[in-house]
Amino acid sequence: MDSGALLVILLLLPIVGAVISFLLKNISAWFVGVAFSAITVLLSLIAYTKLVGGFLLFKAVWISTIGANFNLAYHPVAFLMCLLTGLVFLLSFIFVEAKTIDNPGRFYGLMLLSQAGLLGVFLADDAFLFYTFWELALIPVYFLCSMYGGENRVRASFKFFIYTFIGSLLMLVGIIYIHQQGVTQNFASEIFMATGSSLSALEQKVLFAMFFIAFAIKMPIFPFHTWQPDTYQQSATPVTIILSALMVKMGLFAIMTWLMPVLIEGTAMWKDAVMILSVISIVYASAMALVQTNIKRLVAYSSIAHVGLMCAALFSLSSHGEMYLGGQAVVMQMFNHGINILGLWLLVYVVEKRFGTQDLREMGGIAKVAPVFATALVIISFANISLPLTNAFPAEFMMFTSIFTSGSRFAIGLTIFAGLSIIFGAIYTLRMIQQVAFGPADEKKNAAFNDLTWNETLAISVVVALILVIGFYPNLIFNLFNIAS
Amino acid sequence: MSGIVVAAILGVVMMFVGLISKQSKVVRTVGVFCFAILVGTTFYDAYNIAIANTFSGEPQRFFNDMISVTARGSWFNFLISVCGFIYLLIFNKHIARVGKNDAEYFALMLFIMVGVFMLSTYNHLLILFIGIEVLSIPQYILAGSDKDNIKSNEASLKYFLMGAFSTGILLMGITLIYGAVGSFSIPEIAATFQGEVSALPMVGVMMMVVAFGFKVSAAPMHWWTADVYDGTPTAITPFMATIVKVGAFVGFINLFHSAFGQISQTWQLAIAIIICVTLLIGNVTAVYQQSVKRMLAYSSIAQAGFMLFAVFAINDMAESSIIYYAVSYTLASLGVFAVLIKLKDYTYDGFRGLGKSHPLYAGTATVCLLSLAGIPVTSGFFAKYFILTAAMQQGLWIGIIVFAVLMAAVSVYYYFRVIRAMYFQENDTPVEFETSAGEKFLLVFNAVLVVLLGLFPQIIIGG
Repeated sequence: MDSGALLVILLLLPIVGAVISFLLKNISAWFVGVAFSAITVLLSLIAYTKLVGGFLLFKAVWISTIGANFNLAYHPVAFLMCLLTGLVFLLSFIFVEAKTIDNPGRFYGLMLLSQAGLLGVFLADDAFLFYTFWELALIPVYFLCSMYGGENRVRASFKFFIYTFIGSLLMLVGIIYIHQQGVTQNFASEIFMATGSSLSALEQKVLFAMFFIAFAIKMPIFPFHTWQPDTYQQSATPVTIILSALMVKMGLFAIMTWLMPVLIEGTAMWKDAVMILSVISIVYASAMALVQTNIKRLVAYSSIAHVGLMCAALFSLSSHGEMYLGGQAVVMQMFNHGINILGLWLLVYVVEKRFGTQDLREMGGIAKVAPVFATALVIISFANISLPLTNAFPAEFMMFTSIFTSGSRFAIGLTIFAGLSIIFGAIYTLRMIQQVAFGPADEKKNAAFNDLTWNETLAISVVVALILVIGFYPNLIFNLFNIAS
Repeated sequence: MSGIVVAAILGVVMMFVGLISKQSKVVRTVGVFCFAILVGTTFYDAYNIAIANTFSGEPQRFFNDMISVTARGSWFNFLISVCGFIYLLIFNKHIARVGKNDAEYFALMLFIMVGVFMLSTYNHLLILFIGIEVLSIPQYILAGSDKDNIKSNEASLKYFLMGAFSTGILLMGITLIYGAVGSFSIPEIAATFQGEVSALPMVGVMMMVVAFGFKVSAAPMHWWTADVYDGTPTAITPFMATIVKVGAFVGFINLFHSAFGQISQTWQLAIAIIICVTLLIGNVTAVYQQSVKRMLAYSSIAQAGFMLFAVFAINDMAESSIIYYAVSYTLASLGVFAVLIKLKDYTYDGFRGLGKSHPLYAGTATVCLLSLAGIPVTSGFFAKYFILTAAMQQGLWIGIIVFAVLMAAVSVYYYFRVIRAMYFQENDTPVEFETSAGEKFLLVFNAVLVVLLGLFPQIIIGG
């Protein structure tokens, strides 16, 4: 079998799983969810072993009239993202008990559909295919957000949907425009990139804005972030995990693969503006996180701050020798942030479920009754503030270096302000640990707080193991890029 | 060409069937069968011209070149017949329930098909005029078919008065064009109108814009639309809002591209303004509607705004894209109306809890609503994509394209309101209506078509 076909299988299997799950309707859908997510993890690992010169491609013509192709590409970055997608779905499925979910067939079906959409975004090697999956990933997530969660979920997720949809439509106009300018009108990435970079400076400037707004809304970057805290707070936590661990990465990944290489000149022109916006987003979100009393909003704002840093580093465009420093650091951090935020949300889910509240002020003293939980919380929170020997540390260090050496006029100021996020991050994260795990305890409430069950412990220990292993040996991820060069 | 003849004959036959048999079932069966014959005939036409075209590429000409059937025109005829057939399959029971004269309703629809076929193949302004009239007059009757309902009567009268006016304006336009050219023939008009033209034909062209704008419910000639669509029996509205409207569109495009294509500077700006106004009014007004039926009426105005891009953009892409848009929009609207007609309460609240009580109806309606909103993997996405690409090829008009996509985002608001009501809002008293296996099959078939066209648009546009 041609190994490129492996990518098609990787992409289509979750859809098959979704259909099976929709038909099952009862709790056995959980097995389907777990099985198909595990297959995604396995297949993305197998596909990695098939890389030749850092690439694995699948090519087929989709709609010849307009030059759209069903082209898929697999490379180390796509591998990391696909692996992360599989892991996040698998671990959250294992962690969250199926019996607590209303209408599991529908839930796991929609989840697997969004998984397929995400994999499609990470694998697409054709602008049109990419756009299709970009939108497709949104629909099941919109339904999930609206069906499972808090009482204002319908309103919040609708806001989210409209925001991202407007962004996507602007991007669509941009894609059509670039497509029309091509000598051979084709969406395949290499032709699309060649056309994009041949455009005039003014065209690139305008097109960049159109693309960037779409991605900035998804990430989100200030001032396009207003949908995010509401949606994160209102959605059911398993859905929030998908949003913050994976959909956010769609924005960053898209910038790396569909914006920077296509509009090279445009990127250079907007570099400073984007970095400034990202840093505003870091400072703003960190400050907001400081004053939150709702644990889900706190994590949501901390997520904006982290993504802001990644976006700033991505646009620093600084290189270290042969290596694109910011890019590598961001890829690594995308994976790490996915793992860390997954762990954090899983623990938030435990707190929310057993306390029945998201209010930090009503929590306290869990460490006494639930030591395993408290240990995990401390380790994952440390990873969230990038302490040395956790996975996020080396990447965060590299990101600051790249911002500092970005050559921008504002480099020093930006680095300093971005650095504030470390201090803020430490403050709000430690305060969260303190309020949840330590502090005055409400004996009655805490008595009902049982420690992690076996499935929860299993999922969390995978997260903790990844944090520590990558923290001690970051080359595990850095070495992935070496085969590319 | 044989489509026109067969449709007219079938219409007459249909009227006699009403005399022979009083049984609604027989009449309905014959009606559906007539449309099946129409599908076969138009397919035969399209197939014939496809064979002929491999040798010459020339259209087939009839009546001294007053009608010229192109490959594209006959392909459109076939597709729209299929849409009409699907419409009748889903709605025939409902149509028969509107009033006593069910045979006449089917006969009038067949006559409307004659009008549609004329509009897609005319090559002469007289045929255009006859086509428009054959298309419109049966509609005035159909709008008033629920005789006991005052709203239906109002719709009919309103439609007739406004329609008569616009026909008058169209006729005046034709007269002025004739005055300038001295001929009704489209090729001769095109040969005369090159570059600069005098004021006389310019006024004529503008009158044509107004008259066609009325027929396709483009703002500011859209005032009749909401009341007429709302007052017309729900079984008839989808036919008016889809097949008739896209038929008028194809006539619009044929005239402006082939006769006035060389003098686009005189009318392109006007169309651009009409597009913006139509999109704005259609979408914004639809947001404020409380009745889903009225919302769909305004959404049909908004969709017309998109279809107007095909008039605006004078290129090959525009002419193929309108056919795709027509089919996509028709199928999606049919799917939504098929669920709407089942409900007693036409407000958004009427849709509440449908996802739980009737998952299949809710599911198919959702696919169709997603298609109307233009989400990928449904045909509606490619419809918008092709039409925007066609507009983009005109160059220098990026502004209105960006405006159009922003309006498309507005449309998401009201389409998703229905989805929200169906899935995310509970109803104290679950919606009850009778269902049948045949109907369910048809709705699923329709939804599958919508998705299939969304995955493989080449089925319609070729290549």
